[in-house]
Amino acid sequence: MTRTGFVLANLGRRKTRTVLTLLSIVMAFLLFGLLQAVNVLFSAGADFVGATRLVTQARVSFTQSLPLRLLPQIESVPGVDKVMWSQWFGGVWQENTQLIIQATDPMRLHAVYPELVMPDAQWKAFAETRTGMIAGRLLANQYGWKIGQKVPIGSNIFPQKDGSKAWIFDLVGIYDGKDEEWQRGTGGGWINFGYFDEANQFGAGRAGVYIIRLANPDRATEVAATIDRMFENSPDETKTQAEKDFNLGFFKQIGDIGLIVRWILFAVFFTLLLVVGNTIAQSVRERIPELAILKTLGFSDRSVLGFVLAEAAALCIIGGLLGLAVATPLGVGITKATGGNLPVAVDGRVWLTGAVAIVLLSFAVGLLPALRAARLTIVDALAGR
Amino acid sequence: MLKQVLAITQLGLRSIPDRLGPSLVIVVGLAGVVAVFTALLAMAAGFRSTLESAGRADVALVLRGGSQAELNSGLTREQATIIKQAPGVAAGADGQPLASAEVMVIAELMKTGEQSGSNITVRGVEPAGFELRPKLRIVEGRRFKPGLKELIVGRGVTQQFQGAGLGKTLRMRGSDWTVVGVFKSGDANESELWADAEVAQSAFNRQGFSSVRLQLADPKGLQAVKDALTADPRVNVDVESEQSYFSGQTKNFRQTIGALAGVVTFIMALGATFAALNTMYAAVGTRSREIATLRAIGFGGFPVVLSIMIESLVLALVGGALGAALAYILFNNMAVSTLGSNFTQVVFQFAVTPGLVVDGLIIAVAIGMLGGFFPALRAARQPVTTALRAA
Repeated sequence: MTRTGFVLANLGRRKTRTVLTLLSIVMAFLLFGLLQAVNVLFSAGADFVGATRLVTQARVSFTQSLPLRLLPQIESVPGVDKVMWSQWFGGVWQENTQLIIQATDPMRLHAVYPELVMPDAQWKAFAETRTGMIAGRLLANQYGWKIGQKVPIGSNIFPQKDGSKAWIFDLVGIYDGKDEEWQRGTGGGWINFGYFDEANQFGAGRAGVYIIRLANPDRATEVAATIDRMFENSPDETKTQAEKDFNLGFFKQIGDIGLIVRWILFAVFFTLLLVVGNTIAQSVRERIPELAILKTLGFSDRSVLGFVLAEAAALCIIGGLLGLAVATPLGVGITKATGGNLPVAVDGRVWLTGAVAIVLLSFAVGLLPALRAARLTIVDALAGR
Repeated sequence: MLKQVLAITQLGLRSIPDRLGPSLVIVVGLAGVVAVFTALLAMAAGFRSTLESAGRADVALVLRGGSQAELNSGLTREQATIIKQAPGVAAGADGQPLASAEVMVIAELMKTGEQSGSNITVRGVEPAGFELRPKLRIVEGRRFKPGLKELIVGRGVTQQFQGAGLGKTLRMRGSDWTVVGVFKSGDANESELWADAEVAQSAFNRQGFSSVRLQLADPKGLQAVKDALTADPRVNVDVESEQSYFSGQTKNFRQTIGALAGVVTFIMALGATFAALNTMYAAVGTRSREIATLRAIGFGGFPVVLSIMIESLVLALVGGALGAALAYILFNNMAVSTLGSNFTQVVFQFAVTPGLVVDGLIIAVAIGMLGGFFPALRAARQPVTTALRAA
């Protein structure tokens, strides 16, 4: 019998106990996988947007809009490549479902966000159709929108000139993300700023935020500082930051999600430590005479220590990997069920932290029983002392 | 029968110290589940009570039609005046309608210890705004003076954010505002900065208002005001009692937290059930000879089952109580803040309510029963002779 076989055979000795312990570990790692994915989403989820863009908002708050006359000034700053602006539309679908709809200049959007992929004909149609609108793939799929149809969307902010808040747009394009991560961000849509600004009752000529594509990402800090200095002490003071930080700011405002996740995981793993630790300790206790015989046969203290540790590790590894394996498709399911609003991706990063947790857990639960087994003296153990 | 149950249960419970490790597994396992469950829902409960106590049933909140939240709403000066003069609005001491047209804007402050800004409500109120919120009291300093760039700050804001204490200066839209007072109200208003409505309008370049609050002459007179304003072609507004407005604002948060608590508790509970089963199987295993002996001298199968379940229940309840106590000690009254519907921070406290503790204990009992049942069956079913002969 090989050593691996020996370890596995020992686990199979008390099947009920092993299976129940394994199931506990699976549940713990299932939760670990999902929560860690949520944590990644909220703390570093915006990593992939990179540092090529800056967002300029009103310093007092991004809900305060900025006048469009700042545009030429921002464009003139050295290091700025392309500039677009967007205005939050406050989109409402049917009764009460809020949509992420923003108004912008189509060709500027295209220039600043090459990551949004759409056939040129559709970009052109968007630019040329006053009442045009484009939707992200996720959003379009969610409501079954097809290109060419009219989409009725309410606004909870902007009434039209006649006071009505029911707007109708022509869907002229559906965009995809350039990769999987960007695809997850296609839950919103864009409308034509020209039409929006003319047709709405107030606030003509105002941008919510400016988004700036940099010629050279290394100059981000310098460009941001230059822009903010330009508008200092005016009623329209600005705050310019990397797009990533701007996005992260939203998540941070929801609260310290990381803290909540850490507390829950702390409770889960503290419990798990006890559950698995107890199982291993019990199985060592039951097998003291056997371990003594192993030593009599010539196995060193160190190999006995190895056997027990390996047993603990086997439990943790099997249970942990199973748990993460269940969490992965479950995360995909949650993403689908929430229409992409909560993209829980149990991806490589989560698996990696999971692997670290498995290793730590193995040692934490196995070390004490293993040391006890290694320190047994043959005579005492055989005599049952 | 009852005697038998008692006898076996006592035997079992007394031997727990000999099986301390395995028994602790149930206790700690359930403590974990109940603590997480109680703490998460205490957050939802705290958020709800903070917002709901801010809303009064006899105050009507008027927003532009379809706005959903004050932030999105806008009313012109003329509209505000028309709204205030709606029939059914109480008169103030000066004979004017007891109503406050308010302008809501957002400013950014840093949370203590953080680098990125968080949104804070800046509310410009008319003098009646104070009368409409009788719970609000100035605890430090004084009220702002009309016409000056002065602010009063909610206590929740001073606790959670930097640079908003008494005497501090805040810079908004190119000018300095002085904090001249701190107020307390015990509800969502505490998460706001207040200023004079006129000053806020000019500083933030707003021509009109965000909302109008009306004191109803008759506490049940909401419908009359609503009908009058809906029929008026000069305005297009939504009229709601302040209470139902605030209560509606908690829905999203409660649903989110409820879903999170549901999923997390469910998975943890499954894990804890497996752990409890494990422990009870082990307990039954070590006591198999003892149980067989009892059966041999005439104890029935049912008392055995029952007593083992009682043991599991007792351990589970101890664990559950421990978990609830932990949640209470660690989190009750802990102040946190999150984004409300106006896209601004609402400061609230965790509230570990008796109802939540009871729910947590019910979960513990359910898991304890489940964890004890199958092992108990096995114990009662094992053939007496084999068990007696075994090691």
